[in-house]
Amino acid sequence: MEIAKANLEVFAATLLELARQDSDLLVVTSDSRGSAKLASFAKAAPGQIVEVGIAEQNLVGVAAGLAAAGKNVFAVSPACFLTARSLEQIKNDLCYSDRPVTAVGISSGVSYGALGTTHHSLHDYAVLRAIHNIVIVAPADNFETREAVQAAARSTKPVYLRFGKKPMPHLPRVDSGFELGKASLIREGIDLTFLACGETVAPAYEAAELLAREGIHCRVLSVHTIKPLDQAAIWQAATETGRLITVEEHSVNGGLGEACASLLLQEGIPCRFKIVGFPDDHTVTGNQEEIFRHYGIDGTRLAMTARQLSEKQ
Amino acid sequence: MLTESDLQRKSVQYRKELLRLIKGCGSGHTGGDLSCLDILNVLYNRILRVSPETCKSPDRDYYIQSKGHCAEALFVVLADKGFFPKKDLETLNRYGSHYIGHPTRGVNGVEQNTGALGHGLAVAGGIALAGKMDRKDYRVFTLLGDGELAEGSNWEAAMMAAHYRLDNLVAIVDRNGLQITGSTEDVCQLAPLDEKFEAFGFAVQRCNGNDVGELVRALDTVPFRPGKPSLVLAKTRKGKGISFMENVAKWHHGVPNDDEFSRAMAELEAAEAALA
Ligand SMILES: Cc1ncc(C[n+]2csc(CCOP(=O)(O)OP(=O)(O)O)c2C)c(N)n1
Ligand SMILES: [Mg+2]
Repeated sequence: MEIAKANLEVFAATLLELARQDSDLLVVTSDSRGSAKLASFAKAAPGQIVEVGIAEQNLVGVAAGLAAAGKNVFAVSPACFLTARSLEQIKNDLCYSDRPVTAVGISSGVSYGALGTTHHSLHDYAVLRAIHNIVIVAPADNFETREAVQAAARSTKPVYLRFGKKPMPHLPRVDSGFELGKASLIREGIDLTFLACGETVAPAYEAAELLAREGIHCRVLSVHTIKPLDQAAIWQAATETGRLITVEEHSVNGGLGEACASLLLQEGIPCRFKIVGFPDDHTVTGNQEEIFRHYGIDGTRLAMTARQLSEKQ
Repeated sequence: MLTESDLQRKSVQYRKELLRLIKGCGSGHTGGDLSCLDILNVLYNRILRVSPETCKSPDRDYYIQSKGHCAEALFVVLADKGFFPKKDLETLNRYGSHYIGHPTRGVNGVEQNTGALGHGLAVAGGIALAGKMDRKDYRVFTLLGDGELAEGSNWEAAMMAAHYRLDNLVAIVDRNGLQITGSTEDVCQLAPLDEKFEAFGFAVQRCNGNDVGELVRALDTVPFRPGKPSLVLAKTRKGKGISFMENVAKWHHGVPNDDEFSRAMAELEAAEAALA
């Protein structure tokens, strides 16, 4: 697959386009404009970027106030800090107070690799899923990123956008459209479905390619919107392919996998099911790729998991 | 415009309504409600450019109550100003009501949902910053508890307010010297608050926060210094107006029993008669 840009760069470029059309669009940063690739935004639209310093709680509180006064606000900070340090501000000042701010968690998951757990966000889906009135989105590639940023700017609800920093491949896709809350079909298949999100869609797709050579045809869905979940697409995948593997750069507790499991169990849809993610353990050290491999999130290992699930009766 | 003596009478009237409300619904942050009621009185009757007709206007003044636990005091004043019918308050804390123990935007006139301490100043700062960007004349007022100031988020917001020269922002500290556990100075020393806020870039004025005249004189002159956010250090008494509640920590949260209620109302009747 052709490697394109990091989703973050596409985010920054899309935001600048939007800012040029809407003078009420503001981006708020907490000493994070460099890591968010927003330096050129700051140069091009200096009146539309607000710096609050290394103060993530204040970042979200101020964003809520700006939104209260009619601004279309993107509050940008590393996902690890944004969804932990300022969680109460997200819960109360945005979600409970109904301020349609977009909270952008950058360098999410284990993107920061060897910087360690302080810099990882493997809890964000779980905590935000349990908070009412927020849309949770992890785009898989540059296309989904651009679409997601535009959709977030139009949203009348708070949105959490989650981006990694690694250059991502352009994923082939069966669906050409993009809609928040609707999973994107990346690859058609009848034997098994990979339900992945964010930067795990690419390895799931690689696994599907490997398995196709062996005659196992996997469907791949980019479940870019973790909340609200595309229930219909997940039912359909379970009913039509009978085997599901969820893949996420997140703890196995409370993320995409458990959201799917809950849906299927409560709807009484039987299927073989496996959650791939981060176990409840201290995270192994290394760079993002090494960490992914350690937990089985690469093409080869996901293919192995798929074979095991296919063998089991 | 209400005169100083009108405001004094209002304050007594509000205290009576507050106690009836708390007694009726069986819950309330009575001490802190009473300590900030004169501040709310002066804000809504003399200072804030906001009314039920203008409360959605982009040019209105904003009030954010950071010490959200004193919602009952805010509700009494908003009802008096006609933001909603007084009768609505009969549903306070009842199943399905928007009128609950902390302010929410479900109540007409409330700007932001609060209740977790340490959020109001940042939100108010954001609104003030938007006002500066849009060259609007509105002002943003926020009321903070003194115990609340131990939350670090206040100091993040204070730094930012000064950095952006938000002289359209006015923070009022209800300096009653008490929090749940007891004296703020015993729990975790706050003094010298004026010097702290000055060091953070605020222009500070002290006043008696239970004296409507002093409050009017202070709040009428904001911003105290062009280019600086203003801080009013309003010295108050928790439980103000009811002798046996004044400066008693246990009245932070509490409902008077029947006997206490009649004694309290009698004190307020006497205060009213003295003002007549
Ligand atoms: C973040 C947070 N922590 C704790 C509480 C519980 N709480 C409610 S009121 C209060 C004491 C507040 O004291 P102060 O700010 O001095 O208010 P006042 O004396 O005016 O009532 C506490 C600890 C809360 N509401 N929010
Ligand atoms: Mg106090």
